[in-house]
Amino acid sequence: MMTVISTVADPETLSLTVVAEFEASPERVWGVWENPRHLERWWGPPSYPATFTRHDFSVGGESRYYMTGPDGGTPHGYWRMFTIDEPNQLEFANGLAGDDGEPQLGVEPMAAHVTFELIDGGTRMTSMSSFVDAAQMKTMLDMGMSEGMTQAVSQIDELL
Amino acid sequence: MFRALADPTRRDIFERVIGRGLSVSTLAHDYEMSFAAVQKHVSVLERAALVTKERHGREQIVHGNVSTLRRATELLKAFEEIWIGRATRIAEILGEKGSE
Repeated sequence: MMTVISTVADPETLSLTVVAEFEASPERVWGVWENPRHLERWWGPPSYPATFTRHDFSVGGESRYYMTGPDGGTPHGYWRMFTIDEPNQLEFANGLAGDDGEPQLGVEPMAAHVTFELIDGGTRMTSMSSFVDAAQMKTMLDMGMSEGMTQAVSQIDELL
Repeated sequence: MFRALADPTRRDIFERVIGRGLSVSTLAHDYEMSFAAVQKHVSVLERAALVTKERHGREQIVHGNVSTLRRATELLKAFEEIWIGRATRIAEILGEKGSE
């Protein structure tokens, strides 16, 4: 079974939609978001694992996490939950935090909307991310969330 | 979306100047607002690097910056890779025994 079945990126609206399908019930897929010990096994790549020190998975709740990079750097991030509709959808802001782990003012968080649909034999998870400008996207990427990101980001820098 | 494009007039201006340059006065002619108001919208787009202005005699020609969209596409591609990685790892976790 192919996990990711489609992706749509729109540069004018600065939005990205990624659709994935899993051979598991929506309740189980929801669980990998709700359980911080599961979440930290997939949110960051193996080279940049995430550690969630707080995960209040409720409307208005917040999370605090940091990534551990290969160089020992630990950029911090946070979530703020707007919609928790188990096991159908969730909406949250994902932003950059300072070394004290608290949200950094002046850097607008990115918005994420994730839906979970029951399909034959599993779950279709659609994640929609939206951004406000290239600087915000670059700042979030600099957290080092992707494998080989250093290379990807330097290629982007060349386009500037 | 680009904050500068959240305004419908600015979005319209931007879409019209992608691919061909138009003067501020030509643009101003098509909107029910003052020349100064249109010029202000163009300045907001200019600050977001979505357009550039070029002086052509007495006219100011506004061009859409395709390179800004191209850069946005590259940045979105990086996030796309991140999400593909995440989905792949979620599938692995869900496939494990005892993760019920």
